Amino acid sequence: MYDFELVKPSTVEEAVKALSGDEAQPLGGGQTLIPTMKQRLAMPGTLVSTTGIASMKGVSASGGVLTIGGATTHGTVAKEAASSYPGLAAMAANIGDPAVRNRGTIGGSLANNDPAACYPAGLLGSGGTVVTNSREIDADDYFQGLFTTALEEGELITAVRFNIPEASNYQKFEQPASRFALVGVFVAKHSDGVRVAVTGASEEGVFRWTEAEEALSSNFSPDAISGLSVDASGMMGDIHGTPEYRAHLVNVMTGRAVKAAG
Amino acid sequence: MPKDHGIGASTKRREDVRFLTGKGRYTDDINIRGQAYVHFLRSDVAHGKINAVGTSEAETAPGVLRVFTGKDFEGVGGIPCGWQITDRQGNPMQEPAHPVLAQGKVRHVGDPIAAVVAETYEQARDAAEKINLDITELPAVMNMKAALEDGAPKVHDDLTSNLCYDWGFIEDNREAVDQAIKSAHHVTTLELVNQRLVANPMEPRVAIGDYASYSDESTLYTTSQNPHVIRLLMGAFVLGIPEHKLRVVAPDVGGGFGSKIFHYAEEAFCTFAAKQLKCPVKWTSSRSEAFMTDAHGRDHVTRIELALDAEGNFQAIRTETYANMGAYLSTFSTSVPTYLHGTLMAGNYKTPNIYVNVKAVFSNTVPVDAYRGAGRPEATFQLERVIDKAAREMGIDPVEIRRKNFVTEFPYATPVAVEYDTGDYNATMDKALEIADWDGFDARAAESAKKGLWRGRGINTYIEACGIAPSALVGQLGARAGLYESATVRVNATGGLVVMTGSHSHGQGHETAFPQVIAEMIGIDESMVEIVHGDTANTPMGMGTYGSRSLAVGGSAMVRATEKIIAKAKKIAAHLMEAAPEDVELKDGQFSIAGTDKSVAWGDVCLAAYVPHNYPLEELEPGLEETAFYDPANFTYPAGAYICEVEVDPDTGKVRIDRFAAADDFGNVVNPMIVEGQVHGGLAQGIGQALLEGCAYDDSGQLISGSYMDYAMPRADDVPSYSVDHSCQTPCTHNPLGVKGCGEAGAIGSPPAVVNAVVDALQRNGKDVTHIDMPLSPSRVWAAMNG
Repeated sequence: MYDFELVKPSTVEEAVKALSGDEAQPLGGGQTLIPTMKQRLAMPGTLVSTTGIASMKGVSASGGVLTIGGATTHGTVAKEAASSYPGLAAMAANIGDPAVRNRGTIGGSLANNDPAACYPAGLLGSGGTVVTNSREIDADDYFQGLFTTALEEGELITAVRFNIPEASNYQKFEQPASRFALVGVFVAKHSDGVRVAVTGASEEGVFRWTEAEEALSSNFSPDAISGLSVDASGMMGDIHGTPEYRAHLVNVMTGRAVKAAG
Repeated sequence: MPKDHGIGASTKRREDVRFLTGKGRYTDDINIRGQAYVHFLRSDVAHGKINAVGTSEAETAPGVLRVFTGKDFEGVGGIPCGWQITDRQGNPMQEPAHPVLAQGKVRHVGDPIAAVVAETYEQARDAAEKINLDITELPAVMNMKAALEDGAPKVHDDLTSNLCYDWGFIEDNREAVDQAIKSAHHVTTLELVNQRLVANPMEPRVAIGDYASYSDESTLYTTSQNPHVIRLLMGAFVLGIPEHKLRVVAPDVGGGFGSKIFHYAEEAFCTFAAKQLKCPVKWTSSRSEAFMTDAHGRDHVTRIELALDAEGNFQAIRTETYANMGAYLSTFSTSVPTYLHGTLMAGNYKTPNIYVNVKAVFSNTVPVDAYRGAGRPEATFQLERVIDKAAREMGIDPVEIRRKNFVTEFPYATPVAVEYDTGDYNATMDKALEIADWDGFDARAAESAKKGLWRGRGINTYIEACGIAPSALVGQLGARAGLYESATVRVNATGGLVVMTGSHSHGQGHETAFPQVIAEMIGIDESMVEIVHGDTANTPMGMGTYGSRSLAVGGSAMVRATEKIIAKAKKIAAHLMEAAPEDVELKDGQFSIAGTDKSVAWGDVCLAAYVPHNYPLEELEPGLEETAFYDPANFTYPAGAYICEVEVDPDTGKVRIDRFAAADDFGNVVNPMIVEGQVHGGLAQGIGQALLEGCAYDDSGQLISGSYMDYAMPRADDVPSYSVDHSCQTPCTHNPLGVKGCGEAGAIGSPPAVVNAVVDALQRNGKDVTHIDMPLSPSRVWAAMNG
């Protein structure tokens, strides 16, 4: 690890100011950034910790929308969203292990946009909004490919809003080593239609499987998608799974999520 | 009723108190005043010509004491190989140089090019980034068969090819084997890969070199399973330090699985640099470095043929194996695919004709060496897989075909040069079938089917050669070391004992089990016996711990030394009781004369030995301390039968192990709880190999599975609750304890059971799948189902 400065502001304004400095980078729970720095693959000059900003923490639900502060840990979401949005809370409860869940934050996860992370599927599947210090970004516009988002340099996720569906479920098929999603599918049944978001599988990162969404919107049952398939050509391939295998799993996991969502 | 002390008691492990409360003293816990830190600059290409290593900028970086390169080691010896193999033509193997720091070429990702020693670790690492490397990348030698083709790029330019040796075992068997296969009723052939594994002990390697100028003595603190072996290899072959000026200390060792047997370049470097710089030099491996520098395991590609008669009796076995050596020959690398593998190809069966051919190949990968089981898992896996395939092809029950071919009379001389002293393979088979509830399978399969899951079961037996090894025999086979073990038993004046042994624990529980043996022999409390190990300065020359040898060989040395102690103590007791020594009996810590009321306590005899006021000084030296070296007459042959039941998810290919039964014959058992723990650990490791673990390189020689993000270690929820039994006991006939060794059995016996079970599940559900290469990841199983 290279030397760096650590600042721990208590307000969003102070954090944004600190982030305007040279080579400054926000630090959430550090579950990706710190190991990367230990390997000397990242060398930020200043880390701006979000964990001291009270306004960026917490979970609240009203009017069919769940709002989660950007510095809220997965463990907190798992507990505090359990009654208002059980599908999302269950997803958060199964990210990594207890150590990861007690440090990793939703803002950190969404800003990093790891192609095998769970939260991108949760947000894209739910539909909602990423709230930053300067604007609001629709979930459908936020994810822009592997490790790429609509965030600008120095922009900080202060909160995330999820549209709470009538029913939802997330099915993660774990990569055997990392236990990230080899394929993860978040299915959300809203009053105006079904959303299906897939993580772990595509070379383009998280995506909506629109064909399945249409089929499920008219018939919310596993049978509705049994004849559908995802094109393997855009899927990732590695030692843990071929593109064909991942494409197959998208269908299987979607069916299981629909069944579990009821 | 189970015993509560001594041999056969499940005495709780005394060392666990410190391990579990953070009080263990591992090598990295040692910090010497004034120590410097080394960071190794390692190759990031698999194969390359070193044109220049520019160190001037690094040398002037803050805190840097010195930057070493391969040039600094030109007058220094290379890392030696401990076993010379003779090939089919009678020629010695090709043996390349292995410099401490790379000279001329780099040969695998991770090969050390330069070493920066600085006041802090961060300074060393910062400075290493200032080294200017000029390396011309060369084509990487990755595929073993391609490596042996004419015109293939060579890993070592001064060798004639990438072939280390082409070994035939036993060459004289070859013609009869070929003939038996040609004329057989049925021949089953199987091609398979025994994949490359990374040992991954919990504690990464550490080395600290220290030099005392006042006495011209060097000390190496290191994470080693065998400090005396390191002292011998490093002192005699690398650095030229006589053993009386070199001390090697391995304190608590946090797992090894074989990977800490070997002498590594970093050990030699730290010892060398400490003397050059006149300050202690410390290296602590990162986990990333461990992946690319700890010797890897397995990596065999094998074709096996099994010939049978019409009744399913085995007629002949012929194998051809390509064994990956990696870029250099690690300490025992050459013996693993040969004498630790070929000698076990008979398995538990009386096959009359066996021929094993092994081609050992250099490649641009991390060196490969012994890993839990070392050669024996490779033998067991191919044999038990091909038997399973043969049974299926011939329509014979998998239990029946094994029973039909079991060796049942002992001693049994195999066609591959070893003699099994004892065993009862039907007994362990019966026990395995019982504890696995073999007959209840159909009902469980029906339950699985209701959940949409495919249940399958796999069975296999295994045998291993442990208690390594008779020195004269292994000497004839090319070993450059003896494989005896030693013990000094020192009785103190107040009756307590200190046992100094060349065996060394890296988690096995020696500090508990060894005292059980000695306490039983004397009839005293186990707490009166202390085990000292891991330091060449205070233990007799010994060969360390691997090959499930510590109790069978090291324990035997302790028994011999304790027998000498008892014999002398009886003479002292006889003097005190004014009786003849041959009339003295020792029981429960009391010496007595049969038929009289005379007795004297153990403690009084010990005191008399050191305070010899009333003592036969004219006949007997004072003191009570004895040493024994024990060289085994034969290997020991633990054996058993394992049964695995799996559920396969047909939608995803995911395998879940539902039940696993292991019935082992370890001979006599000193501590059943420790034995059970060893089996559990071995099973987890074998299941890890079968389902999860796999070291992967790409074609350019980059290590793809270089971290736990891609190298899948077994976790608690990957393994079932095991049914383990070791009540079938045929004691070893040639060591004093009748013990055989239990450390590797689980890892040897379990992979074929798992693969047999998965293939069975697929076959029962109409999939014509005869083999899947490990690890049986969901992706591979799904591909096999849909292939």
